[in-house]
Amino acid sequence: MTQNYRLKDIGRIDRNHEISFIFNGKKYFGYKGDTLASALLANGVHLIARSFKYHRPRGILAAGVDDPSAKVQLIKDGYSEPNINLTEFELVEGLELQSQNCWPSVSVDVGEINNLLNRFFPAGFYYKTFMWPKSFWYSIYEPFIRKAAGFGVASLDPDPDRYEHQYEHCDVLVVGSGPSGLSSALAAAKNGARVILAEDKPRFGGSLLTDEVTIGNKKGEEWVDDVISELKSMPNVIIKSRSQVFGYYDHNMLVMFERKRDHLQDPAKFTPREKLWYIRAKEVIISTGSIERPLVFANNDRPGIMLASAAKEYLKVYGVAVGKKPLIFTNNDSAYETAIEFKNNGIQPTIVDTRASSENQLVNEAQKMGIDILFENGIANTSGHLKVKSATVGKLNNEKNSFTNLQKIDCDCICVSGNWTPTVHLASQSGNKLKFDEESDTFLPNQSRQQETVVGAANGSFTLKESLDEGFEQGFKISSKITNKNNKTNAPISDEKSLGKHDKFWCMPLPEGKHYKRFVDFQNDVAVSDIELAVREGFRSIEHVKRYTTLGMATDQGKTSNLNGLQLVSNIEKKIVPEVGHTTFRPPYTSVTIGTIIGREVSKYYRATRKSPMHEWHERNNAVFVDAGLWLRPRYYKHGNETLQEAAKREAANVRKNVGICDVTSLGKIDIKGPDSAEFLNRVYTNAWLKLPVGKARYGVMLREDGMVFDDGTTTRISENHFHMTTTTAQAANVLSHLEYYLQIVWPELEVNVLSTTEQWAGAAIAGPKSRELLSKLFPNEDISNEGLPFMGYREFKFFDTTARVFRISFSGELAYEVNVMSDFGEFMWDKIIEAGEGLGIQPYGTEALSTLRIEMGHVAGSEIDGRLISYDLALDGMLSKKKDFIGKRSLNRVAFNDENRERIVGIVPIDKKTSIPEGSYIVEDPNAAFPIPKLGHVSASCWSVERNNPFSLAIIKNGKNRKGEKLFAVSPVKNMSIPVEVVSQHYVDPDGERVRS
Amino acid sequence: MLEIKCPYCGKRSQNEFAYGGDATVKRPELNKEVPDEEWDTFVYYRKNPRGNHLELWHHISGCRQWFKAKRNTATHEIIDTFELSDDIGDAS
Ligand SMILES: [Zn+2]
Repeated sequence: MTQNYRLKDIGRIDRNHEISFIFNGKKYFGYKGDTLASALLANGVHLIARSFKYHRPRGILAAGVDDPSAKVQLIKDGYSEPNINLTEFELVEGLELQSQNCWPSVSVDVGEINNLLNRFFPAGFYYKTFMWPKSFWYSIYEPFIRKAAGFGVASLDPDPDRYEHQYEHCDVLVVGSGPSGLSSALAAAKNGARVILAEDKPRFGGSLLTDEVTIGNKKGEEWVDDVISELKSMPNVIIKSRSQVFGYYDHNMLVMFERKRDHLQDPAKFTPREKLWYIRAKEVIISTGSIERPLVFANNDRPGIMLASAAKEYLKVYGVAVGKKPLIFTNNDSAYETAIEFKNNGIQPTIVDTRASSENQLVNEAQKMGIDILFENGIANTSGHLKVKSATVGKLNNEKNSFTNLQKIDCDCICVSGNWTPTVHLASQSGNKLKFDEESDTFLPNQSRQQETVVGAANGSFTLKESLDEGFEQGFKISSKITNKNNKTNAPISDEKSLGKHDKFWCMPLPEGKHYKRFVDFQNDVAVSDIELAVREGFRSIEHVKRYTTLGMATDQGKTSNLNGLQLVSNIEKKIVPEVGHTTFRPPYTSVTIGTIIGREVSKYYRATRKSPMHEWHERNNAVFVDAGLWLRPRYYKHGNETLQEAAKREAANVRKNVGICDVTSLGKIDIKGPDSAEFLNRVYTNAWLKLPVGKARYGVMLREDGMVFDDGTTTRISENHFHMTTTTAQAANVLSHLEYYLQIVWPELEVNVLSTTEQWAGAAIAGPKSRELLSKLFPNEDISNEGLPFMGYREFKFFDTTARVFRISFSGELAYEVNVMSDFGEFMWDKIIEAGEGLGIQPYGTEALSTLRIEMGHVAGSEIDGRLISYDLALDGMLSKKKDFIGKRSLNRVAFNDENRERIVGIVPIDKKTSIPEGSYIVEDPNAAFPIPKLGHVSASCWSVERNNPFSLAIIKNGKNRKGEKLFAVSPVKNMSIPVEVVSQHYVDPDGERVRS
Repeated sequence: MLEIKCPYCGKRSQNEFAYGGDATVKRPELNKEVPDEEWDTFVYYRKNPRGNHLELWHHISGCRQWFKAKRNTATHEIIDTFELSDDIGDAS
């Protein structure tokens, strides 16, 4: 007994290809070409989910993106995903679906008690109910809301699927492939434009798939097939089905997602699930059609109540009768097509029409076919718990505010039509200020703001003839602007049934004395009474009503509810709709998976990874890496079961005792050339540069114009007009931009060129008392004595087949050198250094040991140069030249910058010489003072001093200059520690700098 | 995402560029007495117009040239872009 509601000889599904699936534990069958919705309806399944707030049984309202509530949890290949739209997801083998927001099952749901208690869940109930006491928020309210709200359950596993991004440019992007979209795409393409045509459904044609019309002597759907084949044959056209354009951004950038894989039974291995397209279009034609509005009446949300156009689509496209005893409820002519289609398939419908009469072609045809029509009637109520089983229909009085002659009509579905709402979302997102159209009772696009043109039903042109005429006309006109061609295609002759006027009445009165819910927004469970209450409580702006009632929020974005909602507000307020206005349409038009937005930028592809030429050597030698910006740097080299701290101590101690080697490739390097280079450096750095001799390096500090320290580094004069600048790893890119800013904008008269050479040079720091001995083995023919290569000296040495740049600079406080070779020779250089250091006890050291060495030396680095401190604070004020001007100097006159009490860097040591001080700790005088404890400053960096064998930290504290010897406290509320400390000099090792000069 | 015409490279998407602020700001000359107010204005004060704004952009993922753009801050329309040396007169 399967597919009892599947009709014979109608629909575009593949009946030779049966597919099974599981819904709530039960096995069903459908056909290839079904959506999950059509397959369930073919089996007579209407009950899908429980509603958001009241847990009312809900079914399928629509046949496309406009469906508000038919969402399920999908389980496939062991992976579970929430909120799959039944009306969009195509049936393939191996799917398991589960209803959401219900427990223990969709037919017996405990949360349904909310429905009985619905008077406690009025508009704004979150705001009113969960207010106080405050202490209830975390323990009771939030867990309750989290459990009660939302639909499905997100998986905690990583998304196994692959998503891709693509950038595309075109002359004309056509969104939607109904009659107006197809005709504009064809006209534009034939006129030489590069066209992209996007359709969100699997099949092209829009309304032509379901309407009984002819175009140029062909049936509508045949005309669609012909146009699509023609477009496919043209090299200047890209056509995409299953592709939703969901956002219209500035400068005609549109974003679209394309479903690439979910509909395939056996996709190739690397087929992405979805692709995100960034499309920069010169012109955009919006032919997105219109969405049918529901009618609003008591208990209008039962499973089995759906849009008349959706019922027609299920009939004609999927061969599914959504019921065998249908009731059609309408205020316009278009729903008569649905009735006629039922009748054509042997099913007898009954029509309830709010209008007194209609003399149009469709109505006459229905009458001739023997279909019962109840004019001037409306639905007063419905019954049927898990599926609609009857409607109470009554005669509307003249004022249309009450019923007489109530009668019960049995039915198994109600197909409703409250006329059509143009899909203006994209036009609105572009900036088009919509205008209200009295005749169609909806908002229509007005003046374009970007290069967008709206055609067809989206533009209020509801007839086929208007749509085709507009499409061909605009397609030609718009493409001509771009291609300057004149190949005009004329609209073919078409034939359709005429539609009469609709009744602007859509919200049925309640039966006397009853308080049934009449739903406006099915996704958020917003009923007429909620909107009335919001207005009674003083909310006037439609934006406020929206947020207070949640009307039109969430994934649905009010596709079927917005217009009804604001019409309701205007009725209550006795204002006309244009005065009430409409809420802002925002992207995305439909929900988009996070995976699609992220694309391939996940895990290690999240961002680029930069590796030094010596990276593989580090890997072979058990390096544990750390992110330094985009760079991967060795943090330490693990010996056996060593911890990070143990390894860092060992490596640092070896530098103090023997010699160590550290990969410093990631330091920013900027090549500076030109006759004004020295003058430029003199302006960029705070100290003097004009007299730096060739072959010498100098340490420099840069400020921003606001006086804050920006970066530091060593710059070397390679030759008269050629300098080599180094920056910190973190600021390398910013320093380059900074230099370019001053050279190009502020002082264009300076003849200087700057170029990043960070990746051109591999760098190794060789540090420790035995480093000179090592260097003498590396360069046996060179004079590297203290005179031949003095502290801050620079030499170029021949090094096998290349040249090495050797700088005598030190970050560790030890006698040290830095050797640079071209990157290709990096690993070779490294091997040679290790080889030469073998008898000297050489060990590589990572960033952790590097930090230890610089902290105990009192050198500042990134944790101190945080962009909020001036030279004085970092004890770099000795480097401020009094004789010359430089960037940021003028700011140093500020009063606050000259306050004697300013924070300044100091060293601190725990009194017990044992307890390590957590970085980020506050320094306070009295840890037991009343909160908030007055704070003197903070600990910026901590290490275990290998020189003194006890913990040592750098701190930046108020009046640090005059606090040496003071006993204070380091307090870490995070680690719940309060440590007595003593203030000492920031230079804990070799304060006079004798070692570096030795 | 804006589409910006680099005067040297042509039209590129915004993600190749970095914004550089008001292009009409002039740094006071070096080695000159600058009153407090003038210096403060240069460092801290910027107009925030609704409408046309002459601003700096840096083609960081391209030719690395700084250039000027006249952009409407309300509509994001970029009226035109200029090389730094172009004299464009009144910005508005
Ligand atoms: Zn450029």
